[in-house]
Amino acid sequence: MTPSRRDLVAWLLGAPLAVACRGRGRPPTPDGELLTPGKAAGHRLRDAGRGGAPPDVRIPDDRWRRTEVVVVGGGVAGLGAAWRLLRQGVRDLIVLELDDVAGGTAQAGASAVTAYPWGAHYVVTPMRHQVAMRALLAEVGALDGEDAGGEPVAAEAARVREPEERLFHLGRWYEGGYLHAGASADDHAQLARFTAEMDRWAGWRDGAGRRAFALPAAAGSDDATVTALDRESFATWLDRHGFTSSRLRWLCDYACRDDYGLLAADTSAWAGVAYFAARVAHPGAEHQPVVTWPDGNGRLVAHLAGALGDRLRLGHAVADVRPAAGPRAHPAGDGGDGGVEVVALGPDGPVGVRARRAIIAAPLFVARHVVAPVRAGARALPVIDRGAWAVANLHLDERLRTRPGDAPVAWDNILHDSPSLGYVVATHQGGRDHGPTVLTWYYPFTGDAATARRELDGASRADWAEVALADLGRAHPDLRARCRRVDVAYWGHAMARPRVGAVFDPALAAARAPLGPIHWAGSELSGLALFEEALDHGVRAADEVVAALAGGAVPP
Amino acid sequence: MTAPADAPAAPRAHRPPPATLLYVNVVVVATCGLVYELLAATLGSYLLGDSVLQFSLVIGLYLSAMGVGAWASRHIEGNLARRFIDVELAVALVGGLSAPILFLAFAEVQRFQVVLLGFVFVIGSLVGLELPLLMRILQRDVAFKDLVSRVLSLDYAGALLASVLFPLLFVPELGLLRTSLVIGLVNALVALWGTWLLADQLGRTTVIRVQAAVVIALLGAGLVFSSRLTTWSEDRIYADEIVHAQTTRFQRIVVTTGKSGFQLFLNGNLQFASADEYRYHEALVHPAMVAAAEAGRPPRRVLILGGGDGLAAREVLAHPSVEAVTLVDLDPAMTGLSRRFAPLAELNRHAFDDPRLTVVNDDAFVWMSDAPAGWDVAIVDFPDPNGFALGKLYTRHFYQLLAARLAPDGAIAVQATSPLFARRSFWCIVRTMRAAGLTVAPYHVAVPSFGVWGFALARRAAFPPPTEPPAVPRRFLDREAMAAMFRFPADMAEVETEINRLDNQMLVRYYDAEWRRWQ
Ligand SMILES: Cc1cc2nc3c(=O)[nH]c(=O)nc-3n(C[C@H](O)[C@H](O)[C@H](O)COP(=O)(O)OP(=O)(O)OC[C@H]3O[C@@H](n4cnc5c(N)ncnc54)[C@H](O)[C@@H]3O)c2cc1C
Repeated sequence: MTPSRRDLVAWLLGAPLAVACRGRGRPPTPDGELLTPGKAAGHRLRDAGRGGAPPDVRIPDDRWRRTEVVVVGGGVAGLGAAWRLLRQGVRDLIVLELDDVAGGTAQAGASAVTAYPWGAHYVVTPMRHQVAMRALLAEVGALDGEDAGGEPVAAEAARVREPEERLFHLGRWYEGGYLHAGASADDHAQLARFTAEMDRWAGWRDGAGRRAFALPAAAGSDDATVTALDRESFATWLDRHGFTSSRLRWLCDYACRDDYGLLAADTSAWAGVAYFAARVAHPGAEHQPVVTWPDGNGRLVAHLAGALGDRLRLGHAVADVRPAAGPRAHPAGDGGDGGVEVVALGPDGPVGVRARRAIIAAPLFVARHVVAPVRAGARALPVIDRGAWAVANLHLDERLRTRPGDAPVAWDNILHDSPSLGYVVATHQGGRDHGPTVLTWYYPFTGDAATARRELDGASRADWAEVALADLGRAHPDLRARCRRVDVAYWGHAMARPRVGAVFDPALAAARAPLGPIHWAGSELSGLALFEEALDHGVRAADEVVAALAGGAVPP
Repeated sequence: MTAPADAPAAPRAHRPPPATLLYVNVVVVATCGLVYELLAATLGSYLLGDSVLQFSLVIGLYLSAMGVGAWASRHIEGNLARRFIDVELAVALVGGLSAPILFLAFAEVQRFQVVLLGFVFVIGSLVGLELPLLMRILQRDVAFKDLVSRVLSLDYAGALLASVLFPLLFVPELGLLRTSLVIGLVNALVALWGTWLLADQLGRTTVIRVQAAVVIALLGAGLVFSSRLTTWSEDRIYADEIVHAQTTRFQRIVVTTGKSGFQLFLNGNLQFASADEYRYHEALVHPAMVAAAEAGRPPRRVLILGGGDGLAAREVLAHPSVEAVTLVDLDPAMTGLSRRFAPLAELNRHAFDDPRLTVVNDDAFVWMSDAPAGWDVAIVDFPDPNGFALGKLYTRHFYQLLAARLAPDGAIAVQATSPLFARRSFWCIVRTMRAAGLTVAPYHVAVPSFGVWGFALARRAAFPPPTEPPAVPRRFLDREAMAAMFRFPADMAEVETEINRLDNQMLVRYYDAEWRRWQ
């Protein structure tokens, strides 16, 4: 049964608001479009592959291509793998991406006014050890050398412009992301103690000199002191350490919702602490500066995809990945295997690609259906909890009013008492402070993902536009009058969620190992979804492939 | 013209209206009429300049329009009382809304003079109709010679009342907008009152009273709305009369006039006073022009960022070597006003009509990222950094962009707030420019309406501060002034500050803290 718009608003935002929304003379919902990236093609593949049979497609001989490496999935992991391969001299490669645009969950859109993100919208300034991130950011001009200690410095224009955040609470906007107004002495004391605890973790090093928490996660320690955190929830950890201040707990919940789409009660304490500690270079340092662009991480995607040229094939849904054998196998099959065959459904019919190696940079829940050895039971892939998100882009014809005394509009504008994350302003970073703009509104479903996907499916674009307008309308009475268009994206399988035990799950570690000529990338192999993780796994998989092609041993 | 069909066929028993009360009507009608005339003339001379021309045009047209109205009154037949009330309500509406509509029209339409005179003509004709009609109504009960003498003397008395009250009471207390609306309301109330005085001649009064109520409501709404044009509080903040107020997409522009000239305010902050702006603009422009000339050749291509008032452009265009000036200002309403608003256009010597000047209406920060290079001089005249949207225009990144677009021998001058009142802010700007790789020579001058004001002169290479004033007409900048400018006494000496970056906007925080002390 389809819930009515009012039901939806009531359920998402709490009953009182829905009553407020019930007003009869409400103006019509602004127009817009609905994006459901990958959904139709993905579900066709799933349904075709039901029962363990590969989709039955016959490909004429002239529709087979030969290449060294084929990459399945053109999200950040896939594009990052291809970028690394090119840098390592492997120029004969093909990336197959199901969607009509590159970037996966980091893709961006654009209007006549500005570019804007549809998903991922920032990274943080890399530390010295993040070699790949440093190289990539340097290529896009986002780095400005190093400081005296050799730590990378982000370029001024790439760092998020002040004011970075503001917070709406009880009718007023406050500066910053923590509600200082009205905080008690105990709230402040707990915040200070929490900061000190995160500083302690930022300074912690294991016997091998590794940080406790690092970006990417693989650069951090696997010492038992650290991995123990993955066995309890962040909320439990906070309780155990006496962090009871409601403001601090709000902050921790917000952090988990923001990065993981989970509440602190469901998040691994490892991931909860990592959110804070991995982004602080050393005790006492500020949080590494946020780096962002009007189109969010879409800027990095555009750079990565641009370098690929026609090696990137959009609109190609990979339906089968199988080790090749027999006369059709890749002539230069190495290491005793005959390379791989990949079948994809392209815009004008099925195509085949024969390659020496494949990198799977599509999500594991897709790989389960399309990778033949997995279908055949040669490897059990871990089941990863992927949360659902709704994202709305609200196109305004003019800026919203700021009432006297309110903190001025920031890049990230957070509503304290909302299940949404608030909105980011697309024109903020470019420095255009007047006139039309686009607000990107984020709504993570923190609950059960299957239920969330049903709820997404049951509501229309207009329903979601109404939810976004009602949610932000509390802080902006003039929103509706200014809003000309609301585009909505459903991310049914948005990102891997680091629930308790998910990060150091041995099955996850096992899933990173190559399976014959098939290598694995994808941010979810870290158990959490961040640009840094996606790039790291892409680069790792690319390095494995380079080593294998050179005849060297595949690193364990 | 024959009597209209709806004229009462058999007038009811005729009871004379209380004549004295109708005479009160005459005084009010006369006073209101003259106030509208004075309003139009004042607005015209404020907005278009040349008050002699405006006053004589308005008065002449108004009087002749009254003549037209008086002449036309003979064609009005039928229920005279009814027509009289109609005309009075029309005067109330058109006259009452005249000032608000003219204020809006000035910002919106090109041919303002035509609109202004159109209003004068309509109001004049309607007022011209009033007295003849009233006289014809009273004529039935009063002997002609008494009527003429009383009505005309009261009419002239009303005119005297208006000409005394207008400058002494109405404008100072209410401002032009509210004067217009309040007088319109008085006019409409008198008309409503007339429906009782002339009740016996009017027949059914319901319709006409509803009409009066509608007019009163419209004017009342205008009074509420007028506070969006200028608020009561605004009228009180500004010491002088507001002659132009406009809320654009970007800011609130207010122009006031007083004895010493006029002032421009943006969002309530004084931008210049015509009495002493020459000190500021000569100091802002000439040192950079001289520095560029001394380093290479006399400047030919000049960039002005901000400065929508055109006063920096005036100083730049005075240099004969200048071939092309690009002025980048956010607000088309501001540059439009500087071109069209006569007092301002005179003050900037019609800089916006100079063929060498090109106006770009864009955010200078956004414009700068794809701006052409090769500027011999850049004059940076932004409002003080009192918010993040302005603060970004004082960042290291912005100065880096600007420096990269300067000709090798080019010079930059930046208005840099007061080194006395906002010492940390001033030095923060200077140090930020240095951090952008520029060599900076800070300087200051006294501008009475601002106090001590600071600037920063900069080039990419090291340079000696200029000492010779340029060979252009000047009122202030001479050799002595040039030499004194670059010396900073102890109370304005350099202090340690952070560098203002996009991601810290330190300057906005310094500025906020420093100016708060003085408010
Ligand atoms: C709303 C939202 C906000 C986010 N915000 C941030 C943020 O601010 N910062 C941050 O670091 N991270 C953020 N993330 C997470 C970020 O998107 C990921 O960390 C990262 O971009 C994931 O990259 P990926 O390549 O691993 O996966 P994906 O982005 O999921 O890419 C997988 C790709 O594979 C393609 N694919 C799937 N099946 C097939 C098939 N059969 N054939 C071919 N191609 C296929 C998909 O279309 C997709 O393009 C956000 C995510 C979401 C959803």
